Amino acid sequence: MLRIEGVAKSFGTFRAVDGVSLDIKAGEFFALLGPSGCGKTTLLRMLAGFEAPDEGRILLGGKDIAQALPHERPINMMFQNYALFPHLSVRDNIAFGLKRAGMARAEIATRVAEMIALVKLDGLEKRKPDQLSGGQRQRVALARALARRPQLLLLDEPLAALDKKLRESTQGELMELQRRLGMTFIIVTHDQEEAMTMASRIGVMKSGKLAQVAPPRELYEAPRSRWIAEFVGDINLFDGESKLRDGHRLVIGTRDAGALVVAEPREPVGAGRFAVAIRPEKVKLSRRGPVSEAGRETAINRLDGVIADICYLGGTTTYKVKLDTGGVLQASVANSARIDVDAYSLNQHVVAWFTPDDCVVLQS
Amino acid sequence: MRKASRLTRFNVASLALGLAFLYLPILILVLYSFNASRLVTVWGGWSLRWYRELFNDRAMIEAAWMSLRVAVASATIATLLGTLAAVALSRGERFRGRTLFSGMLYAPLVMPEVITGLSLLLLFVALNAERGFWTVTMAHTTLTMCFVAVVVQSRLGSLDRSLEEAAMDLGCNPVRAFVAVTLPLIAPAIVAGWMLAFTLSLDDLVIASFTTGPGSATLPIRIYSEVRLGVKPEINAICTLVIALIAVVIVIASLASKLSSSQGESAAPL
Repeated sequence: MLRIEGVAKSFGTFRAVDGVSLDIKAGEFFALLGPSGCGKTTLLRMLAGFEAPDEGRILLGGKDIAQALPHERPINMMFQNYALFPHLSVRDNIAFGLKRAGMARAEIATRVAEMIALVKLDGLEKRKPDQLSGGQRQRVALARALARRPQLLLLDEPLAALDKKLRESTQGELMELQRRLGMTFIIVTHDQEEAMTMASRIGVMKSGKLAQVAPPRELYEAPRSRWIAEFVGDINLFDGESKLRDGHRLVIGTRDAGALVVAEPREPVGAGRFAVAIRPEKVKLSRRGPVSEAGRETAINRLDGVIADICYLGGTTTYKVKLDTGGVLQASVANSARIDVDAYSLNQHVVAWFTPDDCVVLQS
Repeated sequence: MRKASRLTRFNVASLALGLAFLYLPILILVLYSFNASRLVTVWGGWSLRWYRELFNDRAMIEAAWMSLRVAVASATIATLLGTLAAVALSRGERFRGRTLFSGMLYAPLVMPEVITGLSLLLLFVALNAERGFWTVTMAHTTLTMCFVAVVVQSRLGSLDRSLEEAAMDLGCNPVRAFVAVTLPLIAPAIVAGWMLAFTLSLDDLVIASFTTGPGSATLPIRIYSEVRLGVKPEINAICTLVIALIAVVIVIASLASKLSSSQGESAAPL
């Protein structure tokens, strides 16, 4: 539905967006994720029409809209600070775009009522934006952007201004709404958890380029580069020094964690820097290592160490294990019992183990 | 929440002294305008005599009428031009010489009035323009336009640009976005700018005396020339009327701005 082809935008000598190509399907909930200054907002603003790309095309339903003005596009945007018109009531804010579209009065009234019901703002129609709470304002902004039934809705950090609890419930509501309306949403966020929760696909941006486009699970479990692995979630990384093929497995020698056996990656590991990556929750801890035969079979990576740091997070506890080989390994353990007499304590000797399939080999 | 701070004796005293310093002279002037005595400094009982005499003084009434017309005309033109300048400076594309332009716009703020007046006089003489209502109006427009621009620009600067973008996103072209969203939001500043220009023009003596011609004296010029021959109680009367006018304007302005900012509150269900 939306096709971005080689879009680039510079501000002075700074290339904010540097040759981005992307296809977005109808009905998709797509997230643009990246640290601040990576160009995600600039890309979104080019979709909305507030910036014109220097290069490339933006095709919406086959038509190039790259140079069209904002009001000529069937796209609406929800602004980060909501940008509600302070001199207009909730109702007039929502009706604003409909009036510009030349809709009949009666039809506007019906549509506004529909929108107000949709975002559950009943009874607040006459209020001004400054008489609303943050969450209510966010709903007005959403209703206003949805009222024109755009083909594409852009959301610029829509939940950044809300507190954690409200943010989580609003995430759910946004997803519900998107499914129900079958509309295409593109959200910009720097919050990877938010992107993971809501989006069906995530595009990670770094210095103006798309580093990886993948569904959340693939992004997390099979990051394409070291940078993405570190940006999305926590990860243990061990720089590789040598590699040795062993059937359909690789044995990689690392300085900090000794020899690690990993499943052979889909793409062959070439020359240059590479690392073995393991997510903390994939690491198991025990006092004596895996006991069962099956366990011994698969748990080929077995590292001895001492608990160096304990970070209790409620649902999980993150242990930092100082390995005998020199490195530090993070292990995240679920606190599945309320009273755990077996919890590890500082300076305790432990065995950390994980399977070859839990490791990813990352290049660069 | 705001806590009502208690007034100490010192606060009360300094407040009283400050207010007295500001308003006592004006109060005395107002009081003496109702004086029956011909002598300005001797109280001779209450009377409206000087107001009667004022209304029979054709020259004074004409000067007042002239001042009012100049003030309304120049304030209106200055508001229009000043607002446009402010919009161009804060919203337009970055153009070459923008800093120089904004500096030049603000120059009349700090320029001694004598210089402004003299240079304008030279200009009008060079152009061979007949000096009178229009030359004074133009001179006052030059003076007050920069005040309007400053007031409006500061309001524009504090306004979120994404509001205009939101309007465009919702189907407005840039001009419509300005009219539908920006203009209502900067309206209080525009009104304030007009009031400022109006009062500045009304009490200007220096520039007006440089740029006006024979037979078209403004009120300050008229009062000044009368006072040189000695203060007549009639002057007190006209000054009292001017004070009343300005007070009414200020009250209306503050009521209007209060009304516009609290519109929503009164409409909200309690």
